[in-house]
Amino acid sequence: MTAILEVFNLTKSFRSLRAVDDVSFAIPKGSCCGLLGPNGAGKTTTIEIIENIKQATSGKILYKGKLRDSQFSSETGIQFQTTALMDYLKTREVLKLFSKLYRHTQSIDDLIEICQLEEFLETYATKLSGGQRQRLLLAIALVNDPEILFLDEPTTGLDPQARRNFWTLIRNIKKRGKTVLLTTHYMEEAELLCDQLVIMDQGKVIADGSPSALLKKNFNHSYVCLDREDFNNAHDSSHINCISSPIEIREDCIAIPTNDVEKTLSELISKNITLQSLQVRKPSLDDLFLKLTGHHLRE
Amino acid sequence: MKQIFALWMARNREYYRDKGSLFWSFIATPLIVIILALAFSSESQKIFHVGVLSIAPTTVDASKLIPTISSGIFSNEPTIEVIAYTDFENAISKVRFHELDIFVDPGEARRYWVNPESEKGLLLEKLMLADKSQSANLQILWQRQEIKGQKIRYIDWVIPGILAMNIMFSGLWGIGYVIVRYRKNGVLKRLQATPLSAWKFLVSQALSRLFVMLAVTTIVFISCDLFIDFMMIGNYLLLLIIAIIGNLAIISMSLLMAARTSSEDLANGMLNLISFPMLLLSELWFSLDGAPQWLQEFSQILPLTHLVKASRSVMLEGANFYDIAPQLAILGLMTVIFITLAGVLFRWDQD
Repeated sequence: MTAILEVFNLTKSFRSLRAVDDVSFAIPKGSCCGLLGPNGAGKTTTIEIIENIKQATSGKILYKGKLRDSQFSSETGIQFQTTALMDYLKTREVLKLFSKLYRHTQSIDDLIEICQLEEFLETYATKLSGGQRQRLLLAIALVNDPEILFLDEPTTGLDPQARRNFWTLIRNIKKRGKTVLLTTHYMEEAELLCDQLVIMDQGKVIADGSPSALLKKNFNHSYVCLDREDFNNAHDSSHINCISSPIEIREDCIAIPTNDVEKTLSELISKNITLQSLQVRKPSLDDLFLKLTGHHLRE
Repeated sequence: MKQIFALWMARNREYYRDKGSLFWSFIATPLIVIILALAFSSESQKIFHVGVLSIAPTTVDASKLIPTISSGIFSNEPTIEVIAYTDFENAISKVRFHELDIFVDPGEARRYWVNPESEKGLLLEKLMLADKSQSANLQILWQRQEIKGQKIRYIDWVIPGILAMNIMFSGLWGIGYVIVRYRKNGVLKRLQATPLSAWKFLVSQALSRLFVMLAVTTIVFISCDLFIDFMMIGNYLLLLIIAIIGNLAIISMSLLMAARTSSEDLANGMLNLISFPMLLLSELWFSLDGAPQWLQEFSQILPLTHLVKASRSVMLEGANFYDIAPQLAILGLMTVIFITLAGVLFRWDQD
């Protein structure tokens, strides 16, 4: 598939700090790409350089095979991590204002329907709830019917229900053939929405590919997980040594990577370990991140 | 144009929906006018103002110029303030409008000017003539000249200053402070992500504030005139032109201040630093005649000085376009310089 956006050796330094360090990746047209990483990984700086909000120290960015020009700003939609809107403007007025700033726009009525804004069209933008506000910001990002949509941690701070509603909106936008570049530190969000992942840590890309390909490449086992309190005396070496697989002591659980789940369970039962909190699961992106960096996504 | 108009409308909406700001825009200025009108209506000041033509500004000893002042009845009170003038026309104008009670040219011609419609001027002259020891000397040595003109009350004199002050505060805080807030909370960053250029944004903000201020100033002008019936003998169109160019100069100055700042506290400090000298030195409340020369020269770099001077000339002296052309040219030049620098230095984001 043709790449709509290509990033080559992008670097951004703030005095002695190298916030983005030689980042390269490409996004195929019509796909959803997730920039995944913990806070401070350089995701926002990277996406803002691509959006042309910040200037790179070095590197090259191509949009549709060419350096970015005025066509880029008229064909992109952007939702920042934090944005205030003008005081005393109502939802409908904000949409109208932004639609006047572009030459090509899609109808306000369509935007209202796509982003489910009907209920609060006459409410001041500053009085909206978190979920409503994010939907309005998404509508603003879509006002010019963009080819590529940049979403910087769009669901951070939303409650679980509002977050799921927002994911539904993104999936609907994807169905309309839009390309999406999304930054997130929510593993579930990335797994659910993204066709491609660029995993960043400390300004560098540490992995790049589809979620399934990345997991397949890095794992060939499942995890047997138990709560730490159920794994009585987990730090006791006699218990640890009794299991043939190496165990991983994590903050919230004891994870046992295994290729033979039945054998591992038998070993646990034979040692009288409580299985009350037992979970058998496939490796997740968080496991992948932990494996690649030694720390969790949310740290 | 579509972009500029959309932002212009948005900013106007923000203005008129902010009830607190709207209330004070219309109430604060008339309130100051009313208080001043009441405070100075009794004309209880006991100071005589004597102007003296001087080649170079000096501290003049009145007793050496008019012998009667130092003798007899003038020795104790009333207090006499003697002001040196290098600009003859300016001093004569002040006698005409009762701002000076007597103006003296101590040169070879030995003339003094008095306004026959000025009670204080005539009283001061009578007191001098009543001093028998000196009156003969005065009549012989000093030639009497008359300058007629309607009296300007303090409130008439100060009204152009108050309207200009309103323009200054509204222009500085209403646009500069708002842009700094927009930058800090990310509104500017959001606009940067659209095809909108910085110039179009700045022009839309300037036009919005200009429109609002002209509307507010007009309403305040009319309402104060109804209440006070202040002096306005000049051309209204000319006054409107002064208000537009003066407003633009102040707005441009504010845009320059807000070009990069992203701290509201810093912006507040900078705005105070800009506004206080103008408030004190632009002859809003009092004339700088008699002030040190360097202070008078410093006041010339302040846009408000020229705005006040031009509007006062039109309102109180009926000045025509050519009379105020120098002030308009200076304000226009300041506007061009400030807005060009603001456009060049402008940043959307805080870095």
